[in-house]
Amino acid sequence: MMISNGIEDEEKWLAEGIAGIQHNAFYLHRALDSNNLREALKYSALLLSELRTSRLSPHKYYELYMRAFDELRRLEMFFKDENRHGCSVVDLYELVQHAGNILPRLYLLCTVGSVYIKSKEAPAKDVLKDLVEMCRGVQHPVRGLFLRSYLAQISRDELPDIASEYEGEGDTFMDAVEFVLQNFAEMNKLWVRMQHQGPLREREKLDKERNELRDLVGKNLHVLSQIEGVDLEIYRDTVLPRVLEQVVNCKDELAQYYLMDCIIQVFPDEYHLQTLETLLGACPQLQSAVDIKTVLSRLMERLSNYAASSPEVLPEFLQVEAFTKLSNAIGKVIEAQVDMPIVGAITLYVSLLTFTLHVHPDRLDYVDQVLGACVKKLSGKAKLEDSRVTKQVVALLSAPLDKYNDIVTALTLSNYPRVMDHLDAATNKVMAMVIIQSIMKNNTCVSTSDKVEVLFELIKGLIKDIEGTSTDELDEEDFKEEQNSVARLMHMLYNDDPEEMLKIINTVWKHIMAGGPKRLPFTVPPLVFSALKLVRRLQVQDGDVAGEEVPATPKKIFQLLNQIIEALSVVPSPELALRLYLQCAEAANDCDLEPVAYEFFTQAFVLYEEEVADSKAQVTAIHLIIGTLQRMNVFGIENRDTLTHKATGYSAKLLKKPDQCRAVYACSHLFWVDDQDGTKDGERVLLCLKRSLRIANAAQQMVNVTRGSSGPVTLFVEILNKYLYFFEKGSPQITGAAIQGLIELIKTEMQSDSTTSNPASDAFFASTLRYIRFQKQKGGAMGEKYDPIKL
Amino acid sequence: MDWAGLLGWVSIGLGDLDLIKFLFFQFGAVDFRSDPNSLSPVSVFPIRGLDWIRLCIAMNYIIGAFKPACHISFTFFDGKSRKQVPSKKENGQTLMVPLFQSQENIVGKISIEPVSGKKVEHNGIKVELLGQIEMYFDKGNFYDFTSLVRELDVPGELYERKTYPFEFSTVEMPYETYNGVNVRLRYVLKVTINRGYAGSIVEDQDFVVRNYTPPPSINNSIKMEVGIEDCLHIEFEYNKSKYHLKDVIIGKIYFLLVRIKLKNMDLEIRRRESTGSGANTHVETETLAKFELMDGAPVRGESIPIRLFLSPYELTPTYQNINNKFSVKYYLNLVLVDEEDRRYFKQQEITMFRLAETS
Repeated sequence: MMISNGIEDEEKWLAEGIAGIQHNAFYLHRALDSNNLREALKYSALLLSELRTSRLSPHKYYELYMRAFDELRRLEMFFKDENRHGCSVVDLYELVQHAGNILPRLYLLCTVGSVYIKSKEAPAKDVLKDLVEMCRGVQHPVRGLFLRSYLAQISRDELPDIASEYEGEGDTFMDAVEFVLQNFAEMNKLWVRMQHQGPLREREKLDKERNELRDLVGKNLHVLSQIEGVDLEIYRDTVLPRVLEQVVNCKDELAQYYLMDCIIQVFPDEYHLQTLETLLGACPQLQSAVDIKTVLSRLMERLSNYAASSPEVLPEFLQVEAFTKLSNAIGKVIEAQVDMPIVGAITLYVSLLTFTLHVHPDRLDYVDQVLGACVKKLSGKAKLEDSRVTKQVVALLSAPLDKYNDIVTALTLSNYPRVMDHLDAATNKVMAMVIIQSIMKNNTCVSTSDKVEVLFELIKGLIKDIEGTSTDELDEEDFKEEQNSVARLMHMLYNDDPEEMLKIINTVWKHIMAGGPKRLPFTVPPLVFSALKLVRRLQVQDGDVAGEEVPATPKKIFQLLNQIIEALSVVPSPELALRLYLQCAEAANDCDLEPVAYEFFTQAFVLYEEEVADSKAQVTAIHLIIGTLQRMNVFGIENRDTLTHKATGYSAKLLKKPDQCRAVYACSHLFWVDDQDGTKDGERVLLCLKRSLRIANAAQQMVNVTRGSSGPVTLFVEILNKYLYFFEKGSPQITGAAIQGLIELIKTEMQSDSTTSNPASDAFFASTLRYIRFQKQKGGAMGEKYDPIKL
Repeated sequence: MDWAGLLGWVSIGLGDLDLIKFLFFQFGAVDFRSDPNSLSPVSVFPIRGLDWIRLCIAMNYIIGAFKPACHISFTFFDGKSRKQVPSKKENGQTLMVPLFQSQENIVGKISIEPVSGKKVEHNGIKVELLGQIEMYFDKGNFYDFTSLVRELDVPGELYERKTYPFEFSTVEMPYETYNGVNVRLRYVLKVTINRGYAGSIVEDQDFVVRNYTPPPSINNSIKMEVGIEDCLHIEFEYNKSKYHLKDVIIGKIYFLLVRIKLKNMDLEIRRRESTGSGANTHVETETLAKFELMDGAPVRGESIPIRLFLSPYELTPTYQNINNKFSVKYYLNLVLVDEEDRRYFKQQEITMFRLAETS
């Protein structure tokens, strides 16, 4: 109620003020029209008296001021024309000072003063100096601010700047600088004093009102920056120290914050760079409530942009040791402002980091220094809970990655992981993902085990469970994505030197071992393949680097691989382990390491026997085993026999007849390797095929019994194709007659009433026959071979 | 502040500027205490206007109520070139009258013309030059401090217009014409046609006397520190102690300690006119100027400039014990007003003098 009344009252007062101005403006215009100086002065003074009110808020006062301002423009036009009022400007200058009330007097004096300078009858500097001195008479903050801002406004075009028409004859731009500085100092004092006006409970309102007026004060700095004569030297020796003196001495947080920001925004970057010490020196002297971090951040942001603007300015940065100065200043500010929240300090460091990344991209030690300072600030604190802080820390950590596009650089920063340690688990993971993504995006290769060590230390949030975090909340999808990322990351770890590569593998293994059963299925395969890749490389070089002392031998790697794959047993994930064993076996085969290969096969079979229980999985596994075994050439006859025997044995023991059949005919390949010196045992091939035929028959009958109709002839056609394969390969035991017989058999089966026709198998058979016909017609050796077969 | 520098360029030609006067201030008179070293709040007394009109009516006007028997007119020898200045008459009207200074010759002609050819018998005609002081409490009673007589004609009859030359050489006129609240000093040429019982015919011609003094050889500034203990300490400075009538007062007020919330500060020019002597001394104080120096509350260390042009105000020189009848003194009164409208002030006498106009 009170407040609304207050606002209404203010509206009323403003309306009264405006009415007063309009009323007197009417008579003023009449006086101006009739060139009556006396009346003009009388009514302009009355008009200006409306500005003496204390009842309006700055906002409303401004409205009133603007109206008076418009009228003063008219009056100034009148003053300029001596013919109209017949009074010399010198006399006018005295005349307006007869006014009894100070506020109208000074407004009029400023107005005439402007005309006086334009007339050049007195040196501009004298008039300006007099005006700025006389304005001291108004000590009321709001009225004084507006009066002085009027002075600043009307004098703007008349400052004796270099190359301005008001320069010369003892008037130098220094007088202009002096004038603006003085006006600025006085305005700032008035502005700061505003806070003591009125009771404490209205502090908030006052602050708001003060904020509305800040640009009046800041305008002076803007004017200063526009003065041509203010070069670096003047700025450094005069302008900046004087302005800072005001800023520091006013001991007012609002003013300090605004003015510091103003200085930074208004003056050129190169000036800031050359005066960093002075500017930064003021920071710790500011009130503790001042938001220095924003101020400094803006400064660094500007300097960063400046550095980015042109490479030619970079030497300047080095010359003035910008980084050291900034870094020291930030340290001092943080030290001085004990109450500064941690987020503030981190924000400062982020800015400093951004700055140094822009300006000194080559100076990693700077980056590390910043991170180190951060660690120091964070140390002794618990994990960061505040989301704003973590956000800043992530920004801090991401900055070097973005800049260098190269994680390797970041890995050399010793403080990097220490900063990460302060993040909570979730953020840590996010950060780890950022790191991995950065590596992937830039195809960065991490090439030493030390770096790998550091890297895995960094992303340990993904590698293992961190104490104190519950795993229940984990989203399955996210988890998979994370682990896939880790898996992809492993492929980026590479070194041409096998020894180092082995170290890398060892390091990675050490880390992922701790990952637990949930992670191993994701992390083991890439590691295994990475190791196998190394094996392959060694196998190529094997000849050159012989000797016992070589640490990275395939043997050793295989031992390691064995361990790694064994680890999967805790998961358990037998199918995966089995596949990996087979991969290893194959690699061992290529390295000519029979016992190793045999061992891997053994492991695979053991797994098959003990762990793979599911029939489908068994089918897949047995086919994998057969396929791998088929390619092995390292084994001696005995070993080979053992293994093939096992394989065929397991094939025949599969649960479903069709599966048995297929596995068995696949086994036939174990005895016929189509290489120069591969096994070529036609006898046993035939045995296998015959056995599979038997099984196929049995399968057919079983279907007949259970369903009353025969199954499709697919299995027979498949066996026929095997026959054709070995026939073509020249196995003596596979004869045209046998093929002929098989074809007949199939045809009979197909024509049998009880057989359900299956388009797929029919087509399969038809195309097989077509193939035979094609081979017959082709002629040549193969055609002759096929000739006896009659269709 | 560089006083000399400022003075250098504000001393500007005055010309006819004093005709253009716009006085923004309101008049207000306040009582003062004579304790010279302290500022103290004091209540405001009722205001008495400057334009108080006196009810005194002179004898010759009563006579003048009858139809005059003849017209009497004055012409000065250098009437066309002599400067005329406004002079306020008792009835409030302002007339332009000639201006003289001490030691000048007052030369001219007086012509007397009987109305419509009637003859005027007389016992002789004379012209007097009178310097008179009239006190408020003794209305109509003139004290002549200067009285010179020239006989114009022996007893006889006037039939027609007749012109008499007259001359008063190097007349000693030490005092200036003055129109105060309680006292008036005037110079008058008085023609008397003595007619015995029929009643004499008298005609007056006022003129104004102003005397000029050279600038004083010693003119110190006024500088003083005053205050209320632990409350308000100020130091003020006026550049001179002696000012001429068109002078400018330059100065500053420096705030050493401010613990009260000030609202504004004015500089007043006060005229103190004292009449009579001993137990009959009557003192009248008027505020001639009220000039706002400061708006708002200053803080410690602020220095507020003063620049007050004296030309717009109707000042006279300081008069010291004029013929043992009266004195006129001038004071600068610095008044500080706080937010509760309490007034704190400090009064300083200044000496006013009239500088010969250069134009």
